[in-house]
This record gives sequence, C-alpha cells and structure tokens, in this order.
Amino acid sequence: MKQTAFEKSIDSASQIMLQKAEDEGIETAWDRYEQQLPQCSFGQLGICCRNCNMGPCRIDPFGEGTEKGICGATADIIVARNLLRMIAAGAAAHSDHARDAVLTFKKMSEGKAGSYRIKDEAKLYSLASEYGISAEEKSREEVAVELASALLSEFGKQEGPILCTKRAPESRLKLWSELGIEPRGIDREIVECMHRTHIGVDNDATHILLHGLRTSLSDGWGGSMIATEIQDVLFGTPEPKKSTVNLGVLSHDKVNVIVHGHEPILSEMIVEAAEDPELLELAEEKGATGINVAGICCTGNETLMRHGTPIAGTFLQQELAVITGAVEAMVVDVQCIMPSLGNLTGCYHTKFISTSPKADFPGTARMEFHEEEAYATAKEIVKAAVENFPNRNLKKVSIPEEKQECMVGFSAEAILKALGGSPAPLIEAIAGGAIKGIGAVVGCNNVKIQHNYGHVNLVKELIKNNVLVVTTGCNAIACAEAGLLVPEAAALAGDGLKGVCEALGIPPVLHMGSCVDISRILVLASAVANSLGVDISDLPAAGAAPEWMSEKAVSIGAYVVSSGVFTVLGTIPPVLGSQAVTALLTKGLDGVIGASFAVEPDPFKAADLMLEHIEGKRKALGLK
Amino acid sequence: MKDVIIRPERCMSCHSCEVACAVAHSRNKNLFSAVGEDPTPRKRISVEFLPALGASMPVTCRHCKDAPCVSVCPTKALTQDTDTGMVIRNLERCVDCWTCSTVCTRFSSLYQLILATGCWNSSMLCTHKIIDRRTEKGTAIKCDLCEGRELPACVEACPTHALVFAEVEGR
Ligand code: SF4
Ligand code: SF4
Ligand code: SF4
Ligand code: SF4
Repeated sequence: MKQTAFEKSIDSASQIMLQKAEDEGIETAWDRYEQQLPQCSFGQLGICCRNCNMGPCRIDPFGEGTEKGICGATADIIVARNLLRMIAAGAAAHSDHARDAVLTFKKMSEGKAGSYRIKDEAKLYSLASEYGISAEEKSREEVAVELASALLSEFGKQEGPILCTKRAPESRLKLWSELGIEPRGIDREIVECMHRTHIGVDNDATHILLHGLRTSLSDGWGGSMIATEIQDVLFGTPEPKKSTVNLGVLSHDKVNVIVHGHEPILSEMIVEAAEDPELLELAEEKGATGINVAGICCTGNETLMRHGTPIAGTFLQQELAVITGAVEAMVVDVQCIMPSLGNLTGCYHTKFISTSPKADFPGTARMEFHEEEAYATAKEIVKAAVENFPNRNLKKVSIPEEKQECMVGFSAEAILKALGGSPAPLIEAIAGGAIKGIGAVVGCNNVKIQHNYGHVNLVKELIKNNVLVVTTGCNAIACAEAGLLVPEAAALAGDGLKGVCEALGIPPVLHMGSCVDISRILVLASAVANSLGVDISDLPAAGAAPEWMSEKAVSIGAYVVSSGVFTVLGTIPPVLGSQAVTALLTKGLDGVIGASFAVEPDPFKAADLMLEHIEGKRKALGLK
Repeated sequence: MKDVIIRPERCMSCHSCEVACAVAHSRNKNLFSAVGEDPTPRKRISVEFLPALGASMPVTCRHCKDAPCVSVCPTKALTQDTDTGMVIRNLERCVDCWTCSTVCTRFSSLYQLILATGCWNSSMLCTHKIIDRRTEKGTAIKCDLCEGRELPACVEACPTHALVFAEVEGR
C-alpha cells in the first residue's frame, strides 16, 4: 500500500528528499494522504451539505437511501451550491490578494509606504487612461492616488461591469451581458455566492452555476487582473531572463531564505534586504558566504519573473525544502502554505516565520508585515535567518544536486515584444500551421497524482504536437524542473513549433507568471482574438490544470471556460454526485458560453482531448 | 475464519461503509464510474438508527449456512430459505428477545455493549433492510466478505474502525 519515493514524484530531487524523510522518520503530505485513504465518498461526489444546522445531510449516490436533504435539497442543488462556495473561496483568495496590492500602491502614492516605488511608469499611465483618469497637469503621484481609488472601487461597487472586462472581445462581452453574468463588483459577487448558498435561497442548479461563472469572471477579469497590473506598476512588468529551479538552488554555504505563498509585496523587500551590505556583513560574521533567497509556489514565481530569483520548488516540495536541513528561514505570506510546516520546521533548525496579518500557522515566529515599515520588517526577517545560520546541523543537511536552468519572464508585453510588437507573427504561424494552437497549462500539485507527472507529460505531449504552451503557477515550476523552459527544449517540440522557437530564441513553453497572472493569458488571448476579429472561443486554444487541488483553481477553471476556452481538469472535481451538474459542466456549457470542461487524469489522453479540440477550432476557422 | 466484526460504539453514522460496499460490488469498482452504472450497484451493509441506544450502527448479514440465529430463535421469527439460503425475518413474530444476537459473531460486541448499558433491544429490529433483501432475480443480497479483496471494503472505508476484519471461532 505504501508508495515508494519513486512512486510519489517523477522529480529526482524530490525523490531523494522523500527517501531522506522516510529514513529520518519525517512525515510528509504523501504519508498523511495514505492515512486518509479511502477518502469519504460523499465528499468526493459533492453530495454532503452542511449549510444549515438541521444537517449535515447526505444523498445516497446509489439511490437506495436518502434522495433529499432535510430542506428538500436534491443532489443537483447540493452539488451546485458546494461548487459555488468553492468558486467564492477561490475568487476571494485572488481578489483579497489584489486588494492588498492596491492598498500598498495607494499607501505608496500617498507617501506612506516609502519602501515602494513606481517601477513601470508606462503601465501606470496606460492603466490610468483605461480608467478615464487624465494625467494632464498632475504629478505622477496624483495620478497614482486617483488610480488607486478607482481600482479600490472595483471591489465595493454595486453596479458593473468591472472595467477590465472591456479588454475582452466585443462578442464575449455581449454574450456575458445577454446571459446576465457580467461581473458587477468583486466583493458583491462573492458575497452573493454566500447569500445564494445559505439555506433556502438559490435552489436551481443552472441558476446557481451561472452566478458561479459571473463570480469567477470577477476574479479573472477583476481581482486577478488588477493584482497582476498593479504589481507590474509597483515591481515592474516581467521581461525575459534566466534563472534556476529545484531544490538544488539551496546553498551549502549561504544563508537560505525561502519565500513561500502568493504575494510579492513582502518578498520584493526580502529580495532587496538580502543585498543589504549590513546584512551581508552579518552573514559573513556568522560564517556564511552570502544570502540566498529562493521561492516556492507563486511568491516564488513573482520574484522569479521580476528578479530571476531562483525557485526551490512547487507546492508539494515545500516540506521537502525544509527536509534538506539547509533552510534558515521559511518565510510565508498567504495561500497554499501547509500548516504541517510548523511541526516539520521543529525537526530542523529552520525558523518558520509567518508575516501576513491574515495568516498564522502552528509553530511560527510571528513577524507581522505592514507596508509602512516594509523594508525594516524585511530586514529584520532576513536578519533572523542570518542569525540562525550557525544553528544549521550539518549532520542533517543534504541538498540534492538537481537544479535546472530556465528562461522566464514572458508577460503578455514581453511576448508581444518578442514577436516584434504585434501578435501578427504568432497569428501567421498559427494560420500557416507551424503552430497548431495555444495550450494554457496551469495549476497546483495534488498528492492524488504523482508529483509533476501530469504537468510534465501533458506539456511535453502538447509541444510535440506543435502546440505552443503558456504556463503559470506550479505547472510553470514543474515544467522548469523538467527542463522545458529553456530555448533548447525546442528540440522536444514538433518541427513547426521548433522552427518558430528557434527563430525567436524562445522556449516552447512560456512562463507567464503566478496564478493571478493567468489574467495575462486572458489579455494575450483577447489580443489574438481581437486582431483576428473573432471571439476567444473561436481560437485554436485549450486549457488544462493537470494536478489542480485548490479552490482558487476552481475559480480559475470557471473563468477560463467562461472566457471561451475548453479546459481539461486532471483531478476529478466534487460534482459527480449530480448527473445534471456534471452534464452541464462537460457539455451544456458549450451551448451557453462556447466552451466546457473535461476531466481526464491521464495526461496523454488529456493532451489528445486538447489536440482534438484545437483541430476542431482550426477547421472551423478554415485552417488546415 | 475471518469475519467482519461490528463495534457499534465507534460508529459515527457516516455511511462510508455502505457506499464502499456498493462500489466494491459495482462493475468498475470505482466510485466515479459506479455512480452512473446500470444496474445500480447494491450495498450489503446498512447503517441503522437504534432508538433505544440513541445511536446508529452498521448491520450486515452473511446469511450463514445453518444460520445460528435461525436455530436459536424461540418464536421462529427467523427462518432460512432452503433454496436461496436467505435468512428471513417475520416481524410479527419477533418479540425483541435479542437471543439471535447473542449467537451472531458479528453482533456479539454489540451484545456486550448493550448488556453493559442495560439497554435491551433486538439487533434484528433494524436489520430488515439487510436480512430480507433480495435482487430482482430473487437471490439474497448478502455480504460475501468482499470476495477477491484482501480487506473488505466496508472495513477499509470505516474511518473510526467500527468495523474490523478479525478471526472468529467456529465459523
Ligand atoms: S441546507 Fe438543506 S441539505 Fe443542507 S444541511 Fe440544511 S437541511 Fe440539509
Ligand atoms: S464485507 Fe464487503 S460485502 Fe460484506 S458488508 Fe462489508 S463491504 Fe459489503
Ligand atoms: S444475522 Fe448473523 S448469524 Fe444470522 S445469518 Fe446473519 S450473519 Fe449469520
Ligand atoms: S463507516 Fe464506520 S463509522 Fe461510518 S457508518 Fe459505517 S460503521 Fe459507522
């Protein structure tokens, strides 16, 4: 029953650390997964409701027992309500992150957060003009203050639509408005999810799910997009650069600081503090040759994209990083941080530092972070790490050698620049058939799938078949670890794609950023659709989340499909307890929104589904 | 031989055992495809509420050959069909004497519990959904100890170990 290290991950650095964990008697997520097996069937099918205290109610999936909850809710209603709550949580996570980014931006423009500066002035002005803010006779800071309040109002506003949706093709906008799913205010849609799923409110599965689509749009074209844009203004729009990934980026003789979570607001400062001469001197005093900042999850992707800071691993490698015994500080903000890190860091010298006012964990040293004293706090954190260096227990240290070069930083702007300023060359390549289409592959890790197996194989299959892949989140890190983010990976691509990559000097898999940066993919897709004069749903494009696990991924899946992109999920969402909901998601949506979901855990079959879809779209466009 | 032993004091009434049993007896042996199968997979275990205990417990019947419960029943409320081997209970004749449960290896732990709590009830009161069930073809729906599996599905699924697979005497 027990999985071996080889069965748990395809990545050899991870396998080595998993073996070390076993030898040292250290527990990881995989062990806890085994202890959970078999998992509750009602939960897996989505047919358990706890929305009121008459319950919990469950539906018998085999029709012998209960068919309805106490209030009369059927499996269809319960499944739809549960799914809506997942979307609400996911949209909330992205959008609350966005809110904090805007608040930081606001404080910066008011002169209250002196550690931050405007790094991308051009984007500031173009965003401002999108928001109808004239820059005439105003200082840069005045424009910024106005933009901050305009962006903040997107959260609380009652009448839509959210402004960034205007970036979508005309036909998409029209469709959303006809369906009544144009997102109004970000907070409003999320609150309405909670209202609708309260006992006795919305009890029609289709009606519930339509609101789910609207809420997800308020994430993709609202919260996530705002987070991306404002972070670009504050920290710079990513440009292509080289870096390294995997556990081997941890250093034997430098102080290792890991930044993990999702927000760049603190990690930007940590990266800066790690270069502070005062701290470097202290590090030397403590016997280290320097300070090495490495990322995990999307905080890592943010610093990777903008500074080329190396990445230590994906979601499922967070525990493995600590198990190297070489991490002085695990600094976390929000989202996808395992509470198990508390116990785990206790087995090593690692300091577990939680920083967000919203997120604490067991066993942390709390160093709460506020924008006003951003740099000072970051310095303190790095100092704590440096001072911890002499406590490293060399007997417990084992850093895998594996590290892999990667080329990252492909924001939509950078891609257009690589193409020579307009999407035309890309469109020509697609029309000519050198590139068959675009695959957007994103998402988490999930212990239910061998670590990185789904990600790497799906992406390899796509590029082999001349599909250009854009990636974000943990998929991007997984691809980087597998060596797919270097221009040389073009050798693994089909002849057409290979030619294009070689001509442009780009990898066949383009790292577009963190999970909120899936909004960059939406912007790119819109640009392509607009210049072709078609809708996004007409493009030869498909999405996939081969190893997804988080509620954020549910919201992402929903807004990607609502934006017109067919999406394949690699793990089964908790909806199969309702045939009606399942049919709607996998077929019915096609007729409504022009795209739907498929579920396929096998990455090779998933690639086939995407290729088939892309071929269909090519045919419809009259392309060979 | 080994049999499924019921420890009702641990049952959380989560019904996981029931679903796992149905899945184990489905065509594909997989939850996600079992939900759409026709004919619908049937379970051999049933979580029943015992009012006198104020608690639920899982009930499963093996329809034993020469069923001991049948031979001890003083009112002949329990009988065994000679063709199908199915144990059948006649509700009208049952006087809740609990004698059947004292001889059923599966229920003996419950019997101990009930003796301890001084609560008197018949296990058979709640077993109608299991004992008297038959398929459309007329054969008994009976626990087969999950033929072909190392650990019975219900035992594996139970998060609180209310069901255990253990050696019992004389079976
Ligand atoms: S809302 Fe309805 S189905 Fe849900 S727990 Fe309450 S009564 Fe049961
Ligand atoms: S042992 Fe198997 S057949 Fe018998 S009740 Fe348990 S799951 Fe059902
Ligand atoms: S009730 Fe117990 S003794 Fe009687 S037939 Fe069923 S399993 Fe055998
Ligand atoms: S799985 Fe165990 S706890 Fe759940 S209902 Fe069955 S016997 Fe009770």
